[in-house]
Order: sequence, then C-alpha cells, then structure tokens
Amino acid sequence: MRYRLPVAGIASILHRVSGLLMFLGLPLVLWLFEQSLSSERSFGQFVQFARAPLARLVLLGLAWALLHHLCMGVRFLLLDAHLGVEREAARRSSWVVLAVSLSLTALFAAVLFWGN
Amino acid sequence: MAGSSRRIPAGAHYGLRDWLIQRITALILIAFVIVLAASLIAVGHLDYEAWASIFAPVPMKLVTVLAVMATCYHAWIGVRDIWMDYVKPLGIRLTLHVCTILWLLYCLVWSVQILGSV
Repeated sequence: MRYRLPVAGIASILHRVSGLLMFLGLPLVLWLFEQSLSSERSFGQFVQFARAPLARLVLLGLAWALLHHLCMGVRFLLLDAHLGVEREAARRSSWVVLAVSLSLTALFAAVLFWGN
Repeated sequence: MAGSSRRIPAGAHYGLRDWLIQRITALILIAFVIVLAASLIAVGHLDYEAWASIFAPVPMKLVTVLAVMATCYHAWIGVRDIWMDYVKPLGIRLTLHVCTILWLLYCLVWSVQILGSV
C-alpha cells in the first residue's frame, strides 16, 4: 500500500507550530520594534543586531512562521467561504500554501542577506 | 465532539464567538500586513528617517495599536487552544491561561509605549 502524504494535515500542524513560534517570538519582535523606532542611534544598533548570524536565523524562522501562518490563514478563510472544499482542491491548496510561504521566505532571506 | 450531554468543566459556550473573533482579527491583521508592505514600498529605502516616518502619523499609530490588539486577542485564542489540547491538569492549565493573558496585556501596553515615543 502506497502511503499518501496527508499534506493538508502537515500544513495544519505547521499553522499551529508557526502561531506558537510567533507567540514565543513576540518579546523579541517588540524589543526590535522599540530599538528600530526610539532613536537614530538605537536604529543603528538594531541594524547591527540584525546582521549577527544567530539573529538572522531567528528572524528567518519568524519570517517563515508569519508567512506560513498568513497563507494558511487565507486558505482557512477561503474554506470558510466554501471555496476549494473538494478533496483534491483542498489538497492542492495545501501544497500552494507550503510552496508560496517557502518562496516568500527565500525572498526575505535574499533581502536579509544581500540587501544593502 | 462528545455531544451536548457531556460538558467540559471549563465551559463550552465561547466556541462560536471565538471562531468568529479569530476570523475578524485575522482579517484585520491581513489588512495591516498589506498597509505596512505598501508603506515600505512607498518609502522605497529603509533608514531611520524613512522607518520612523511610517509610524509618526497619528492614523498609522491608531491602525498599529488596532493591529496589536487584534494580534493579542488572536494569540490568546490560539495559545489557549494549545494549552487546552496538550495540558490536562486543570491547575497548571489555568495558571498558563492567566500568565498568557497577563503577558499579552503587557505586550499591548509596551507597544503603545513604543508608538508614543515616535
């Protein structure tokens, strides 16, 4: 028997995982928001911080979490509106969510590593 | 679902309301992401002046606070569901609930303070 990857299930679990990641990342994001806004000097420190390899990894993780959560959220809203509820369509849209969020994360990575 | 004859002790009447709030706050947050992305594209480059100019106008401050409120409410419902699914002892679960609410309220106050400094 061939095992069929339950892609909708994986995408759903990742929706929960990404939500929890963002909840845990909230203090870091708010701290960075504060650093970036309070003064020209602290903005410089914010940029400096965002250049550290570990910080970049964490920011990349949070960016993926936001993008996946957002795309999956849009999918859920469309399902609520009875769009794409058929089995095949729901399966396909899960793939689309995974692919789009990963592509946008790659784009964010490109900006983070090679921008300016 | 266990049916209406078996009730969980924590109460079960907030289901539909939270379902609706989760979607309303999601729509607010999608709109905010679009507004923020558009603002970033509009300023073009990103230095302190440009970044601060996005959050300086009062309407944007209000929109941002609304988005933070939506984030907190949305996160509360989501995180509470996680506690309810994986943390079974009632005492620990309720403690986590209270900590989550206090923490999110703290974050809300903090973000208002940050926006006040711009």
